[in-house]
Amino acid sequence: MTAQEGQDELEAQFTHWRHYVQRRRELHPPDTDELEDHLRGSVDELVAAGLSADEAFLVAVKRMGSLDELSREFAREHSERLWKQLVLAGGTSGPVADTRTRQELLVMVICAAGAAVSIKVPGLFGLRFGEDGAFYGPNLSLFALPWLAAFLAWRRQIPRRLIETLAALFALGAVAANAYSLADTSQSVVLTSLHLPIALWLVVGLAYVGDDWRASRPRMDFIRFSGEWFVYFVLIALGGGVLMAFTYGTFEAIGIEAEEFITQWLLPCGVVAAVVVAGWLVEAKQSVVENIAPVLARLFTPLFTAILLILLIAIASTGAGIDVEREALILFNLLLVVVLGLLLYSISARDPLAPPGLFDKLQLALVVSALAIDVLVLVEITGRISDYGTTPNKAAALGENAILLVNLAWSAWLLLRFVRRHTSFMALERWQTDYLSVYAAWAWIVVLVFPPLFGYA
Amino acid sequence: MRALKVAKDLVAASATPMVLGILADGQSYGYAILRRISELSGGELDWTEGLLYPLLHRLERLGYVESSWQSVTGERRRKYYRITDNGRAELAEQRRQWDTVVDALKEIWFGRGDRGPLTAIPLEHRA
Repeated sequence: MTAQEGQDELEAQFTHWRHYVQRRRELHPPDTDELEDHLRGSVDELVAAGLSADEAFLVAVKRMGSLDELSREFAREHSERLWKQLVLAGGTSGPVADTRTRQELLVMVICAAGAAVSIKVPGLFGLRFGEDGAFYGPNLSLFALPWLAAFLAWRRQIPRRLIETLAALFALGAVAANAYSLADTSQSVVLTSLHLPIALWLVVGLAYVGDDWRASRPRMDFIRFSGEWFVYFVLIALGGGVLMAFTYGTFEAIGIEAEEFITQWLLPCGVVAAVVVAGWLVEAKQSVVENIAPVLARLFTPLFTAILLILLIAIASTGAGIDVEREALILFNLLLVVVLGLLLYSISARDPLAPPGLFDKLQLALVVSALAIDVLVLVEITGRISDYGTTPNKAAALGENAILLVNLAWSAWLLLRFVRRHTSFMALERWQTDYLSVYAAWAWIVVLVFPPLFGYA
Repeated sequence: MRALKVAKDLVAASATPMVLGILADGQSYGYAILRRISELSGGELDWTEGLLYPLLHRLERLGYVESSWQSVTGERRRKYYRITDNGRAELAEQRRQWDTVVDALKEIWFGRGDRGPLTAIPLEHRA
């Protein structure tokens, strides 16, 4: 072996060693540099003492001791490193990544500011947030979600054709929200306000998954994104609430009425900007924190299962009828949504190749008990609908119940087959991701078809 | 194999004044500090990298030393450590404490007292 070859091999070994060390969270790149310098000092000395380069390397690494021990010592001095920090800009992961992070931050700020400005534009025409509910209710999501979609579209560099599709869908949403002149007090205004965000959120999903919108895996990623986004949005909203309370209180203390500023500026601008910021946070921190939505799902699946089973037993033993007013139907719809959410986020975090376990059986119990309760509710309610005639609200509530029922029934079937090892877990995942299209279709139907169908009631 | 090693606790306790003392003679870097300690103790103080580098980082956090990446001509780029005024003050204080301990130990082992010298005991252990 020539000296040059020996040198090359030594460098290769150092590169190898660096990769190995860099995997340790306790050791930051400057520490790795410092330790590498130390290692090189050791190697040089050993080579001078007559060892060959690769022998010297082996001895030097051995002298440094186990990496576990080294990391532990570093962790004692730098315990903060065990808490992963979200680096907003100027991280330690290299100059290329830094520029990218900064660019992303900039685009996010532009999109958030755009959202905040756009929600104030109707104010120029004399509309007031919180008072003109017939306008702001259906339109609220139109001031936030296109900006979030724009950020995601920029981040993913999606093709022009898809951008046009997105723009067309958002325009359709704007038409749906404003083309029908609905009265302030009509049920349809409320329905549109509730369903347009769902329809548009799935349009955001289109921006998120880009060209792969037919594939199952990207759709599952979007479901994960949605869960994390929701968690972040709630956290930001909590912070925003504290900010508003302090703004109100402190300005009142010095005799200035801040209510106008809070309700007309801080609240609306903050909400729409938070939608974008939460989306950016999920994207930026993907690798920083463990996803929290699946953790919550794991935590609450046993608790919800227990409550639902007890509820079933109580209904069976007391023979008490279920009070099925409209509110009750909505409550049970929400229950199905929660159960579906628990199922969905447990699926999102599950290793698809792992064999069925206790938790899967627990989930089956959860879904089956939710289904049983829902069937009881539906039996009670079908008679009532024909008694009073249908309203948009009843039709929407029943339609949603049917959609969720079908989803959960088939999920239960697939779960059962999976627990009995007749099918793979992928079938369940596919079913859930395919079903996203059904939600989208239903939300658009409620927004576009319901108002004329029910005479704009 | 070395016949004798200094106990871990004692190594840890004496580490700060040693590093500060070495840096008081001029700036240095990790590997050189380790070499110097080994030299000074005749190879009996066997420091690990896991002891030295976190210690240097702690001293930096406490403001006793400063660090900077420098390339001295003909050498690799290295992280050099330099003692600060605070560090010198800390060194003086540690030195005072160590002097007290060492004086007391000497008093016991080689004492002028009426019991006479007890040098035989440590020497026997050393053999």
